[in-house]
Amino acid sequence: MISEELGGLGLTVITVALDKSADDARPWIEAARPSHPSLIDPLHVLADLYHVVNVPTIVWIDERARIVRPNDVAFGTDTFKHITGLESAKPLAALRAWVRGEAPAFTETEIRALQPLPTRDDQQARAEFALGEWLVRQGRAGAAARHFARAGDLAPHDFTIRRGTMPLRGIDPMGPEFRRMLSEWTAAGHPYYRPLPDTRG
Amino acid sequence: MSADDVFVLIEGAATSEVPAHRIEELTAGGDRPVAVDHEERVAYLGVAAATRSAALASLEAPDFALPDLAGRVHTLAEQRGRKVLLVVWASW
Repeated sequence: MISEELGGLGLTVITVALDKSADDARPWIEAARPSHPSLIDPLHVLADLYHVVNVPTIVWIDERARIVRPNDVAFGTDTFKHITGLESAKPLAALRAWVRGEAPAFTETEIRALQPLPTRDDQQARAEFALGEWLVRQGRAGAAARHFARAGDLAPHDFTIRRGTMPLRGIDPMGPEFRRMLSEWTAAGHPYYRPLPDTRG
Repeated sequence: MSADDVFVLIEGAATSEVPAHRIEELTAGGDRPVAVDHEERVAYLGVAAATRSAALASLEAPDFALPDLAGRVHTLAEQRGRKVLLVVWASW
């Protein structure tokens, strides 16, 4: 794993699961047996702080806690390459080069140009999501559905909401409703994954 | 909405009870997003786009405190002095 390979060179990997509960993420984490922090975020705290709209999303942060490579899409393996069209080799090589000090991350100008910022609708969608999530925990799934629907309407590009709420709504997030949503989205000319330009596989 | 109504107001992980007119005030003005469910008498007060955008545009990585499977809380701040690869994923 990359954390073992680069840990001694000063890299910490932190994974954060945007799952509705620890139990949803547990089988994956226990199978991977990671030595790095593997965190659970059912309230989407991190999605809000970093404006994360899909998974996987990676961010590089330097020793001074500065963002040096903003939200990007990268897979650690080629397991899903046949579905995503994204190869792992190039982003992994870039990561190794950065950690080893062989290549710099982006300049501040580049980072600012690439850093996605939330709109008012994005933040209203997050509030609707958070209200829906709270209502589900109170056993008010019917009421919650109104807010999940409104959140999806406000931020149709945010799949942490549109797909991420499917388990909360009793919908299979790999099933026909997801596939229909995905095909409508891509047919309208929108990419599902938005990697930064230089990591396109 | 009656003036006597009491709403639950949620902000992050905190909840409080507030009179209905407070919800009206919050939705009427200010930059912060408010999601309201009148039937359930509950509202969520979010963080303004301008606040989040300013924080991200500063390029300072926002700190967070989240639990692992064992319930132990980890923060970004405790990694200061090391490079961090933050990986956001989900089982879905």
